[in-house]
Amino acid sequence: MPLLELTDVTAFYGPVQVLDTVSLSVPEGGAVGILGANGAGKTTTLRAISGTVRAGGSITFDGTEIRSLRPDKVAALGIAHVPEGRGTLGDLTVRENLRVGAYLRRDKKAVAHDIDYCLDLFPQLQNRIRSNASALSGGEQQMLAVGRAIMARPRLMLLDEASLGLAPSTAKTVYEAIGRLRRESGIAMLVVEQNANLAFTLVDSATVLETGRNALSGTTAELKGMDEIRRAYLGG
Amino acid sequence: MGTFIQLVIDGLSTGSIYAALALAIVLVNQATGLINFAQGGIAVLSAYIAWLFIGVGVPLILAILLSILVSFVMGAVIERYLMRRFEGGDPDTAVVVTIGLLTLITGLCGWLWTYNNQQFGSLFSLDTIQFLGASISVRSIGTTVVIVVMMILLQALFLGTKLGLALRAVAVNPQSASFSGLPVGRLLMVGWGLAAVLGAVAGALVAPQLTLTPGMMDNALVYALAAVILGGLSSPFGVVVAAWLIGVLENLAAVYVPFIGYDLKVAVPFILIFVVLIVRPQGLFGRKAVVRV
Repeated sequence: MPLLELTDVTAFYGPVQVLDTVSLSVPEGGAVGILGANGAGKTTTLRAISGTVRAGGSITFDGTEIRSLRPDKVAALGIAHVPEGRGTLGDLTVRENLRVGAYLRRDKKAVAHDIDYCLDLFPQLQNRIRSNASALSGGEQQMLAVGRAIMARPRLMLLDEASLGLAPSTAKTVYEAIGRLRRESGIAMLVVEQNANLAFTLVDSATVLETGRNALSGTTAELKGMDEIRRAYLGG
Repeated sequence: MGTFIQLVIDGLSTGSIYAALALAIVLVNQATGLINFAQGGIAVLSAYIAWLFIGVGVPLILAILLSILVSFVMGAVIERYLMRRFEGGDPDTAVVVTIGLLTLITGLCGWLWTYNNQQFGSLFSLDTIQFLGASISVRSIGTTVVIVVMMILLQALFLGTKLGLALRAVAVNPQSASFSGLPVGRLLMVGWGLAAVLGAVAGALVAPQLTLTPGMMDNALVYALAAVILGGLSSPFGVVVAAWLIGVLENLAAVYVPFIGYDLKVAVPFILIFVVLIVRPQGLFGRKAVVRV
């Protein structure tokens, strides 16, 4: 049984249908990419999972239906959403952001250990630990957003465009750290990314969305070999 | 010298009342990001609730404690069943709703209990003690001490507890906070409940001095808002100091600046606000918002 399974998920923004039968699954410890053009429904798919968009169809996590759950209940089940635009809490310091991530946990010692782990994973955050999150650079904010998700000790992480607005070298640093996190923690990941080259460094398989439907799916190796993927997403 | 000290102490005491209301406004602002104009009205309602308990023979201190309890529930209910409908919408709409609520509560109190002044017992004795040639009432000292304790508790709540951290996180970005498992709705209810508690304390401190009327808090609300702007929205410590400053300057200006006198002393805090906002737009103690894009 896959950890996360979406079956024929639909979603609307008012009268506009954004998702029209999206299906995908993420195995325990696996990493799956969602590729596609702007407006294809990538972000909406993640929002349907985390409960911030009302959706139809079926979304199960570890065998339980989670489709109509509130976002905090979804988080409590072990799904951490790193939203598009990072969602860092600007008026709070870096350390406070990380502590918010551990809100549901009672194991103080392990929380302190995990804060150290985040700082080890993202060394740039070390000198900024007392700074307000709003004073961080875009790259640092993205790192902090991932760090806050790590603090929840999730079983599944939803990553939405972690490279958005970052310099290529910074985006690469962020993805390398996420790759290390995946190897060391075994957290399953569902990764939305415009930059397919970056996504393919992290995921085992991916699905391509077009106007709210699955257009193509396959393993990373299969997708890399397809002409239409190369033309549309890999720059030639 | 005696007069000067007396004016300062009295100023601290009236300033403390503005401070109690200002702290409530800061609390709601820290937890929800909006300015709650109804805070004064909610405080008046709390005072009437205490007055009702006194009326049926409950001892004063117990009546105030009971009204504090009722106020917490009232604040939470207002959030859950009224403000909840306006969250996620335009923040300006929510602010206008609080102004409407202020008018509604004032009218409701007047309708239920008339606009006549009602006597309300004082928690502190009216005796005075002599200090450096000034006679200072025990009530002034008591009022000021209560506010200092409240300020310290609030600062400790925001900076030293998990609940305070969660309240602040929800204020900054409710949706993003919910991704970390924070129950946004419940936290907002707690924030409004706690603010109503602060309002109840303010009401219990004001009522004995001004006597209980539906419009009792109107003046205090204006000065509390002035203190909030002056002190900086993010700092409980800052707004209390600002509220004291307003209370003291108001008193001193009335006596020592003949041009101002008692008639124009109302204007003093606002002149102060103009000057401060020109020099330090974030308030005296507020943090400057730094946004990188």
